[in-house]
Amino acid sequence: MTRPSTEQVWEWLDQVPDPEIPVISLVDLGIIRDVAWKGDTLEISVTPTYSGCPATSFINMEIETAMRGHGIQRLALKRQLAPAWTTDWLSEKGIAKLEEYGIAPPQPAGGPARCPHCGGTHLERISQFGSTPCKAQWRCTDCLEPFDYFKCI
Amino acid sequence: MELNEALERFALRMGDNTLILGHRVSEWCGHSPVLEEDIALANTALDLIGQTQLWLGLAGELQGKGKSADDLAFLRDAWDFRNLLLTELPNGDFGRTMMRQFLFDAWQSILLPRLAQSPDTRIAEIAAKAAKEAAYHVERSADTVVGLGDGTEESHGYMQQALAYLWPYVGEIFDTDEADDCLAQAGVVPHSSTLKDEYYALITRVLTDATLDVPQDDFAHRGGRDGMRHTEHLGHLLTQMQWLQRAYPGANW
Repeated sequence: MTRPSTEQVWEWLDQVPDPEIPVISLVDLGIIRDVAWKGDTLEISVTPTYSGCPATSFINMEIETAMRGHGIQRLALKRQLAPAWTTDWLSEKGIAKLEEYGIAPPQPAGGPARCPHCGGTHLERISQFGSTPCKAQWRCTDCLEPFDYFKCI
Repeated sequence: MELNEALERFALRMGDNTLILGHRVSEWCGHSPVLEEDIALANTALDLIGQTQLWLGLAGELQGKGKSADDLAFLRDAWDFRNLLLTELPNGDFGRTMMRQFLFDAWQSILLPRLAQSPDTRIAEIAAKAAKEAAYHVERSADTVVGLGDGTEESHGYMQQALAYLWPYVGEIFDTDEADDCLAQAGVVPHSSTLKDEYYALITRVLTDATLDVPQDDFAHRGGRDGMRHTEHLGHLLTQMQWLQRAYPGANW
């Protein structure tokens, strides 16, 4: 087969959903750090969100499945630790989709800007942690609904 | 002492601390006083186990005998572990667990940002990753210590007791040996004596906010970081943590 361009590979990776938050892609999450051809081997560098995130190995499997599906024969997945992942790497598109999905996107101030359900700004923190390592639990005191907040790191 | 040997000992100590404390904290899973705390403790344990993968992975690499992080975690016995005694102590009640977590998080929150500046990029990269998690952990554990210490008469009593129980295990953090001297001399890892004032200032501030009396006694139990005298609790912990590999040697999936 002809070697697909790295732009093409980035597009394919943008079709692979995050296993825990399927509305955003791995590219939106900012964990794909590099795509490059080394001879006839496609090298993809992936950085973990949290050091113990159990989704990491699953994500690697998803990438491999997707690339095989697009006919990539030789694939090398590299774990890249530095620079450490930051929520600054979330894409604009990803941030919008998170909020639409009901997860308040990260804010440098350390808490959500508004309720992802009603837009209310009277909010309280329930817990610093949530259903996945990347989230915390908050509640809106306007609409009384609880919601996930994507931790800012 | 050779620098490589000192680095190996250092990585092992870092990884054993996070492994043993991570396992202890995970024992709370499904047993916490409220659901939110259960989730928070499980997430904390997960971060610590994740950091263990990195530190013990590095220790195995430095040893050069082809051992993985899993090999080091599951195929060693008590006398080979180099964790601080503080990390292996039983959870006790929720207050004691959170006090232990705070005393450890406070240390990590000071040490890791320094390590992130290390000229040894392997150490710097792991530390930069772990420092973000430690900063988040100490925020929660300090808040909880203040909340419970400055809470009801009953919760205050529990926290004061927890502090009295754990205090003799704090001093070991600042014990040093020839490996620590070697790494400090090489400029790879700061000597813990240079971070001591900052640590005691931080914990004194939080404990005072928590309306707790800070013990003045400086007696310290030792024997964890050099493996000479672990508490009896470590062996029991390992029988749980290593059960699968002991019952089914070499099992993997």
